Amino acid sequence: MKISIRINGKKHTDEVEPRISLTHYLRETLDMTGTHIGCDTSACGACTVTLNGDAVKSCTLLAVQADGAEVTTIEGMAKNGEMHPIQQAFKEKHGLQCGFCTPGMVMVAADILKHTPNPSEEDIRHGLKGNFCRCTGYHNIIKSIQHAAELINK
Amino acid sequence: MIPAKFEYMKVSSVGEAVDLLEKHGFDAKILSGGHSLLPAMKLRLNRPEVLIDITGISGMDSITEQGDEIVIGANCTHSQLLRSELVQKQVNILAQAADTVGDVQVRNKGTIGGSLAHADPSADYPAVVLACDAVIVAEGKNGSREIAATDFFEGIFTTTLNDDEIITAIRFPKIAKGNYQKFYQSASRFAVVGVAVVRDGDSVKVGVTGVSDTPYRATAVEEAYAGNGDAAEHAVDDIEVMSDHFADVEYRSHLAKVMVKRALEA
Ligand SMILES: Cc1cc2nc3c(=O)[nH]c(=O)nc-3n(C[C@H](O)[C@H](O)[C@H](O)COP(=O)(O)OP(=O)(O)OC[C@H]3O[C@@H](n4cnc5c(N)ncnc54)[C@H](O)[C@@H]3O)c2cc1C
Ligand code: FES
Ligand code: FES
Repeated sequence: MKISIRINGKKHTDEVEPRISLTHYLRETLDMTGTHIGCDTSACGACTVTLNGDAVKSCTLLAVQADGAEVTTIEGMAKNGEMHPIQQAFKEKHGLQCGFCTPGMVMVAADILKHTPNPSEEDIRHGLKGNFCRCTGYHNIIKSIQHAAELINK
Repeated sequence: MIPAKFEYMKVSSVGEAVDLLEKHGFDAKILSGGHSLLPAMKLRLNRPEVLIDITGISGMDSITEQGDEIVIGANCTHSQLLRSELVQKQVNILAQAADTVGDVQVRNKGTIGGSLAHADPSADYPAVVLACDAVIVAEGKNGSREIAATDFFEGIFTTTLNDDEIITAIRFPKIAKGNYQKFYQSASRFAVVGVAVVRDGDSVKVGVTGVSDTPYRATAVEEAYAGNGDAAEHAVDDIEVMSDHFADVEYRSHLAKVMVKRALEA
C-alpha cells in the first residue's frame, strides 16, 4: 500500500506492507535508526515518536495508520546543529548512561512539557510510566526534564 | 515481531465499515487505536485477514452535551477524555479513570470504543460505564440500537455486540459525584481491582472491574449501603472471583472489599 508521511518536516512516500510497524518503516526503509526497539510489545517506550504532536509507541502503530500524518523522531529534535533544549538538559543533568532508552525519553518528555510546562516531580513520574530505563534509576532523567522546562520557559 | 498478513482498509463512514464486516464476517476486525488488537496480532493470538480502520470516520471523535447527557464518540482517545472540560465537569469519574489507563503513549492512541468492545476483564472503563448507567450505541446492518451498560458485558473478552456491529458512541448521564479507585498491576498498569462509585442522593451505584471474568454492579453493596464504608463487606457476594498469577481468589476478594470501601468513603 502506498503511504505518504511527513517525518521531521520532510515528506516520504513509499510502498509498504500493511503489517509493517512505523518503527520498522523508520528503521529499515528510511534508515532512521534513532528510534529504538526494546520490547516491540508496547511496554518499554524506547520506540516513542510523536504523531501529530502526541507521543505514541511506534511499535504499536502500523506505518499505514500514520499515512498523511506528521511524525517527529529523535532525529528531528535538533535544529540547525543545535540540540533541542530537552536534549541539552539530558546532557547537562546526566540523564543517560547507555543511552538506549534516551530517544524515547526525550520524545515523551516533549509530550509531558507540552501539556505541563512547569511539571512537578510527580507529574514527570506519572508521564514516564510507559518508559523503562535500565541504567539511571530515573533520578537524573527527572532532573533533566525539570531542567528542560527551565530552559524552554526561559 | 510482525503480525500475519492482512489487508488494510480505511473507511470514512459507519455504513462502509458495517458493509465490510458483513462481507468478510469472522475474517475481519475493526481497528481503532490498535492498542489491544495489534499486540494480540503480533503474538498470533489473533489473525484477522482484513483490518477495517475506523479512525477516519468524521464525527466519531466528538464529545457533545445533549440535554441531560454527555455523548462521547467511540473513537475518543483516553487522552481526549481526561483533558475534555465537558467530561471533567459533567462526568468527572470518566476523566479520572481515563488518566489511570496505561501510560501517556497508550492514552494518546487507545480509544473508549475499542476498550469497551475488547472487554478485557482488567480494563478500567467497564466499572465506570456500569456505575454511571451509561448506554452504548451500536450500529449494524439492521440500523442503530442502544445497549444499557448492564446488558453489555457477557464474559471474558465478550460482549453482546453482534458480529456486524460497531460501537459508534457512548451516552453518559451527567454525574454530579463519583469516584474511581484502582489498584494497579504494577507492570502493565491494568487494574487488579477497579471500583467506580456514583452517588445519587443517599444511594450509590457501584461498578467493579478486575475481580471476575465479567465486570459487574455490586448490587449487594448498593442494597446494604447505609452512608458509610461498611457495605463493602458485600463486594464479592455471589461473585465468582478470578485467580491469576497476580492475585489469587482470597487476595483478590479481600482487595475488592478494601477498594470498594475506599471508593465509598472517598
Ligand atoms: C501497555 C498497555 C497498557 C494498557 N493499560 C491499560 C489499563 O491500565 N487500563 C485499560 O483499561 N486498558 C489498558 N490498555 C488497553 C488500552 O486501553 C486499549 O487502548 C484498549 O483496550 C483498546 O482500545 P483501542 O482503541 O486501542 O482498540 P483496538 O486495539 O483497535 O481494538 C480492540 C478490539 O475492539 C474492537 N473494536 C475497536 N473499536 C471498536 C468499535 N468502535 N466498535 C466495535 N469494535 C471495536 C477491535 O476489533 C478489537 O477487537 C493498555 C494497553 C497497552 C498496550
Ligand atoms: S519497543 Fe515499543 S514500547 Fe518497547
Ligand atoms: S540509559 Fe541505559 S536504559 Fe536508560
